[in-house]
Amino acid sequence: MASRSNVVFLVVLGALAVVSPAVGHISPYYYDIVVSIGISMILAASLNLINGYTGQFSLGHAGFMAVGAYASSWLTLRAGTPGGAGGAVVFAGALLAGSVAAALTGLAVGAPSLRLRGDYLAIVTLGFNEIIKGAIQNAEPLGAQRGLGGMGKYTGFFSTFACAALTVFVIHNLVRSTYGRGFLATHDDEIAAESVGLNTTRYKIAAFTIGAFFAGLAGGLYAHFKQFIHPEAFGFTRSMDIVVMVILGGMGRMVGVCLAAALLTVLPEVLRYVSHLGFLPEWLRHVAENRMIIYSLLLIVVMIARPQGLFSLKPARARS
Amino acid sequence: MTEFLQQLVNGLAQGGIYALIALGYTMIYGVLRFINFAHGDIFMLGAFAGFYLAPATLKLFGAGPSYAGAALVLLGAMALCALIGIVIERLCYRPLRDRPRITALITAIGVSLLLENGGQLLFGADPKSFPDLIVDRALDLPAGWGPLSALTITLSQVLVLGVTLLLLVALRHVVNRTRTGLAMRALSLNPTAAQLAGVNLDQVIMFTFGLGSALAGAAGVLISIQQPSIDPLMGISAGLKAFIAAVLGGIGNLPGAVLGGVLIGLLEALVVGYLSPTYRDPIVFAVLILILIFRPAGLLGTVQKEKV
Repeated sequence: MASRSNVVFLVVLGALAVVSPAVGHISPYYYDIVVSIGISMILAASLNLINGYTGQFSLGHAGFMAVGAYASSWLTLRAGTPGGAGGAVVFAGALLAGSVAAALTGLAVGAPSLRLRGDYLAIVTLGFNEIIKGAIQNAEPLGAQRGLGGMGKYTGFFSTFACAALTVFVIHNLVRSTYGRGFLATHDDEIAAESVGLNTTRYKIAAFTIGAFFAGLAGGLYAHFKQFIHPEAFGFTRSMDIVVMVILGGMGRMVGVCLAAALLTVLPEVLRYVSHLGFLPEWLRHVAENRMIIYSLLLIVVMIARPQGLFSLKPARARS
Repeated sequence: MTEFLQQLVNGLAQGGIYALIALGYTMIYGVLRFINFAHGDIFMLGAFAGFYLAPATLKLFGAGPSYAGAALVLLGAMALCALIGIVIERLCYRPLRDRPRITALITAIGVSLLLENGGQLLFGADPKSFPDLIVDRALDLPAGWGPLSALTITLSQVLVLGVTLLLLVALRHVVNRTRTGLAMRALSLNPTAAQLAGVNLDQVIMFTFGLGSALAGAAGVLISIQQPSIDPLMGISAGLKAFIAAVLGGIGNLPGAVLGGVLIGLLEALVVGYLSPTYRDPIVFAVLILILIFRPAGLLGTVQKEKV
C-alpha cells in the first residue's frame, strides 16, 4: 500500500513539473483560481484529519492558517527579497517555520481539547480562532488592523500543488499506518479504543498538531500568493468554508474532500457569473450572490439525506 | 467609584439579555443533549419581528410610543419566535434525533448560517433603526445617594431588567410547577425512564424549543429597545456570549444560565470600560476555555460521568 502511494506521489510530482510551465501562460484570473484550488485542498485535507478521520470537530482551522501566514510573512519580510535560488530557500524556510508555528499553536489548542467532545470542542476551537485573530489585530509589528503586505510573490502553481500532493500523501499514509489506525479508532468508539490500550487523548492532540501544521503551510502559500494578508481573512467565515468542504466531501474520505475543495473554490466564481445573467429572476440572482445560503442549505440537506458526503458510493461508517 | 458603578449598571442590563438567551441553550441542551447553534439567530429574528410588528401595533394605541404597544410587540415577537423554533426542530432536528450528535451539530450550524444569510437576503444586510417602543430618558436619581446619584440609569435599562426578571419568574413557575415542566425535568434526568413513565418525547421537545425560542425573541426585542440598531448578523456574537454564559453557569442548569449571563455581561462591561473594546471578545472566549479546562461542569453544574 505504502509503496504504491509512493509511486503515485512521485508520478503526481512529475506531472506537476511537466504541466507547470504551460499553466503559467493562462490568464491571471484563471491562474488565481487554480492556485486557490490547491490551497483549499491543503486546508480541506488537513482539516479532514481532525474532523474526518479522528472524529473531532474543529471550527477554527483558519486560525492555524493565520499563524502560518503571518509567521512566514514576517520571516520573508525580514529576509528581504533575494532573487533566484536564494529566494526559493528563504521561501521554503519561511513556509516550514510558519507551519511549525501553526503546529505549536495546534498543540496548544489540542491540549484543552482532551477534556472536551463534540459541541464544546467546536465552540472552543472557534474561540481560539477568535483569540488568534484578536491577538493579530492588536499586534502592531504584524500590521494590526491594517493588514500586512509587501511579501514577494513566491507561491506559484508548482509549489502549491506540490504542497497539496505532499499533504494528501502524508495524511493518507498516516491514517493507514499501524500507528495511524488509532485515529480511526478514536473516531469510531473512544471508549472501546481506550479499553484496548490506545491513548485517545494523544491521538487527538496529534491530529490537531499535524492538521495545524498543514493549515499553516496553506497559510504561508496564501500569504505569498496574495501578497497581502488581513486578520479578517482568517475569521469564522474562512473556517466555515473549510468545514463545508470536509462535510460535503464526506468526513474521512480524502478523494471526496479534495473534490469538494476544488468545487467549492470554483463555485463562488460560477455564482458570480450566474448572478449577472439578466434572464434569471432577481431573487435567484440575489441567492447566487450570497454563496453562504447555498452552503447552509447543502449542509442541512446533506446531513439529513447523505451524511457520507456528496461523492461517496459507500454508506457512512457506523458510529456510537 | 461612580465610573465603576456605572459599568456595573451597564453590565447588568446587558447580562440580563444574555441570561434570557442562555436559558434557551440550557433548556434545549437539557432535553436533547445538543447545542442549538441557531439559537442566537432566533434572537436576531425576535428583533426583526419586533421591527416589522412595531409600526402597526403602535398605531393601535395611538400614534406615539406606548407601554401597551411595547408589551404587545414583545408578546408578538415571542409568539413568532416560538413558532419558528418549533418549525426548525420539526424540519431539521427531528429527523436526526437517533443519529450521531455531530450530525445534529453540523445541521444546527447549517440552520444558523441559513438564518443569517437568509436574513440578509430578506431584510437587507445594512443595519436598521429600531422604532421607539417607549420614550427613553435618563432617570433622575435623588441627590442624597452619594456616588450613586451621579449614575446614568435610563428608563429602558430599568424596564429591560424588570421584564427580564418577570420572564425569569414566569419560567421558574413553568419549569417547577407545571406538568409539562415536570416532564421536561424528567426527560433531562433520564430520557428512557421518563418515556416509560408516559412522557411524550416529541411534545416535550416541541414545547422546550417553543419556550426557549420565545425567550430569545423577547431578548431580541429588549436589546433593540436599548440599542436600536439591528442587523441580520447581530445574533452571532450575542448567541456565542450567551452560550458561554450557559457553559459558565453549568449547561443544563437554569439558575446557572442566569448567573452566567449576568457574570458575562458584567465582565464585558468592565473590559470595555477599563481595557479596550478590542479585548472584549478574546477575553470572554478565554473565560470559556478556562472554565472548560478547570471546571467543565460550570459554576453550578454537577460532573456527569459518561456511561458505556
